[in-house]
Amino acid sequence: MSNNQTKNPVLFFLEESWLLLVSAILFGCLLACLNAAWQPKIVQNEIDKFNRLAGALLNEAKAFQAASEPIPVDIGKGKVYNVEVKKGTDAAGNLIGWAFVIEGSGFADKIKLVVATDAAFEKIAGFGVLSSNETPGFGDKINIRPEDGGFYQPQFIGAPVAELELTKIGDAQKIDHQIVAISGATVTSDAVVKIFNTFLLPIKEKMKEQNLLQ
Amino acid sequence: MSNVDEIKLGKTFFAGIWDSNPVLRLLLGMCPTLAVTAAVKPALTMGLSVVFVLLFSNIVVSLLRHQLKPHLRILMFTLTIATAVTIADLYLKAFMPEMSASLGPYIPLIIVNCIIIGRAEACASKNGLVVSIVDAIGMGAGFTLALCFLAGIREVLATGKWFEMPVMPDAFVPWAAMGMPVGAFITLGLMLGAVNLLSKKTG
Repeated sequence: MSNNQTKNPVLFFLEESWLLLVSAILFGCLLACLNAAWQPKIVQNEIDKFNRLAGALLNEAKAFQAASEPIPVDIGKGKVYNVEVKKGTDAAGNLIGWAFVIEGSGFADKIKLVVATDAAFEKIAGFGVLSSNETPGFGDKINIRPEDGGFYQPQFIGAPVAELELTKIGDAQKIDHQIVAISGATVTSDAVVKIFNTFLLPIKEKMKEQNLLQ
Repeated sequence: MSNVDEIKLGKTFFAGIWDSNPVLRLLLGMCPTLAVTAAVKPALTMGLSVVFVLLFSNIVVSLLRHQLKPHLRILMFTLTIATAVTIADLYLKAFMPEMSASLGPYIPLIIVNCIIIGRAEACASKNGLVVSIVDAIGMGAGFTLALCFLAGIREVLATGKWFEMPVMPDAFVPWAAMGMPVGAFITLGLMLGAVNLLSKKTG
């Protein structure tokens, strides 16, 4: 019988892997410290990006303020995502529309979107991508803004706040509930449509319940 | 430091720049080489991130080389590299958010870049701290130079700019294909051919 087999298995494990365990703890602490130090800056960057993207979607809006407590939306499998809806107002304080961040699983990673709607929450004003790691050259085409010649994003501008449907063939110029997929990136295109379908109608319902909408 | 040591360090450094250049001679790290070289700025950021990760990983592995158990060394390398890459990723997200968004998944993907684990295995786990640091700087500089050279050619031909500064005459017609993946493959292929030709001539 070998020496290793006669040893206490816990001691043997610790003897063999102590360096890995100690390193993991030390590296974990280092990352936790750096994360704590840099996270406020990262969050601020995201807020700035939100304001920039939402401002581009609701051109007349000059300020975005939280409209209510975060709205919980059931995203399936017993999970709830809290959406912070912000109202976009012009310089005189008039309501221009609503903007919020929603997310879902993409092809490679989570896709985080900034979505804006009109003041009545009837039409989508568009969306911008806050973060995604979709395949370069294919799925990442969801990032291309309409003014940069994007094909996917413009289909959402003016689309109804209703159950959206992804199609592989269709007229992308026609603004309705049908969204034409990006060629070679059906999974990503479908992921974005699913994110809209998961969030928009429940948010609208909850906002009506809170008397934020007529 | 003796002359012999200095010569060894010099050789180690220049091996990364030319003789064992990770991109042009070893064909390692091809994924970022092809993906982030449409312009010099992202290529330089990627190169400097790889230099940081190489330095971090080589220093840690070299310091711990006598404690490394053969069957756990790859786990230890991966843990070290993943830590360094996460630091680089967090730094870019905090201080260079636009660049972080433009590089997308390619910064986290440094974890699986063969150059890093290759140097940890081939150099840092067998050599002292100084040699490991020089190796990391040499290899990182070689990788960065190759990326920037490739990106420079592509950016100039695709946009008429270098480092976002116009460098071509007004009559220049941008060659859009050079900004696409096809441009990366063609330019890299020509660069590899030129390097092979040069190394044959110089013996």
